[in-house]
Amino acid sequence: MPSSPQMSRREFVGIVTAAVGTFMGAALGIPAINYLIAPALKKETADVWIPAGPVENYLVGVPTLFNFNRTKVNGWEKTVNSYGVYIVRHEDGSILALSNKCTHLSCRVNWKPETSAYQCPCHDALFDIDGQIIKGPQPRPLDDYETKIEENNLFIHYLGS
Amino acid sequence: MFQKTFTWLDERLGLKTIYETVLDRKVPKVNWWFTLGSASLFLFLLQGITGIMLTVYYVPSPDHAYDSIQYIMTGVSYGWLIRGVHHWGASLMVLVVFFHMLRTFFYGAYKYPREFTWVTGVLLLLLTLGMGFTGYLLPWNQRAYWATTVATSIAGTVPFIGNFINQALRGGVDLSAVTLVRFFSVHIWWFPAIIGALIGVHLYMVIRLGISSVPKEED
Repeated sequence: MPSSPQMSRREFVGIVTAAVGTFMGAALGIPAINYLIAPALKKETADVWIPAGPVENYLVGVPTLFNFNRTKVNGWEKTVNSYGVYIVRHEDGSILALSNKCTHLSCRVNWKPETSAYQCPCHDALFDIDGQIIKGPQPRPLDDYETKIEENNLFIHYLGS
Repeated sequence: MFQKTFTWLDERLGLKTIYETVLDRKVPKVNWWFTLGSASLFLFLLQGITGIMLTVYYVPSPDHAYDSIQYIMTGVSYGWLIRGVHHWGASLMVLVVFFHMLRTFFYGAYKYPREFTWVTGVLLLLLTLGMGFTGYLLPWNQRAYWATTVATSIAGTVPFIGNFINQALRGGVDLSAVTLVRFFSVHIWWFPAIIGALIGVHLYMVIRLGISSVPKEED
């Protein structure tokens, strides 16, 4: 076909079809992609202070286990996860709250008064009363929670999903 | 570059021949009623795509069906849109397929040599209604449950074999999880596969025989 300075009718229809098609493709494609990846874009952050009762409940120098539950919604289903925290009150009034989740493979550690250590039942990871590593396969000390005392009540700062 | 790639592919795939056979066919001067077949095909594809999208979140179980649809409607971005298109597209498809049948009937387009095209078309119409019937139960809400209870009871009034048909549809004496999952299976696997195959046969004959023209006074 000889090229003319004007756009031919056929070219014009072709370009308009491509443009309208692109617009329609985007109008349908963007919602479709959003629909598929929606769960990945959801941010679930919790920032709450969990009440752990009066400070006197926790004996000085003795790790005491405190449990709490958090409900999580996945899609249309609710899952309840339980968390354990070892709370140690020091003589100076400061408080240490350690997660009982072993930093090795997430088994739950137990306080053994006879050896003065937290022991993991799975692979014998040992932590001292401050959560520091004594020996074992664990890569880092026990995780600790921020705490605060309000009107003699202890609160644990829970961050996460 | 594009031209070279195209020529290379065309030589091996016969793209130009496909294009000429399928889209550059000779057609008589016809009216807008003749677009209903293409519209049906488009709606089938649309229902297929939105249906596949819905299976990403939908769970065909009495415990989860209703909640998973609530989640699609409120918890997933554009879930309301995908489900809305599938919901309204279903009704529209029944209408469009039905009007496509009426056009064929009133223009006498089912006559020689297109009898077999008509037969596959009738099967496609019935399967479209079947898709509507099986899809209606899937939301598992009160309306879906009782509509299917009534409809399967109607099937049960057939003389002699009614009870058998009723139980075969329900997968038991009562509507249950078995009913839901077999309706789901038929809705997403059996019927779409059969419809797809029949559309292939239907279109092959449309392309092979060409379309009929609008009947004139002397016809």
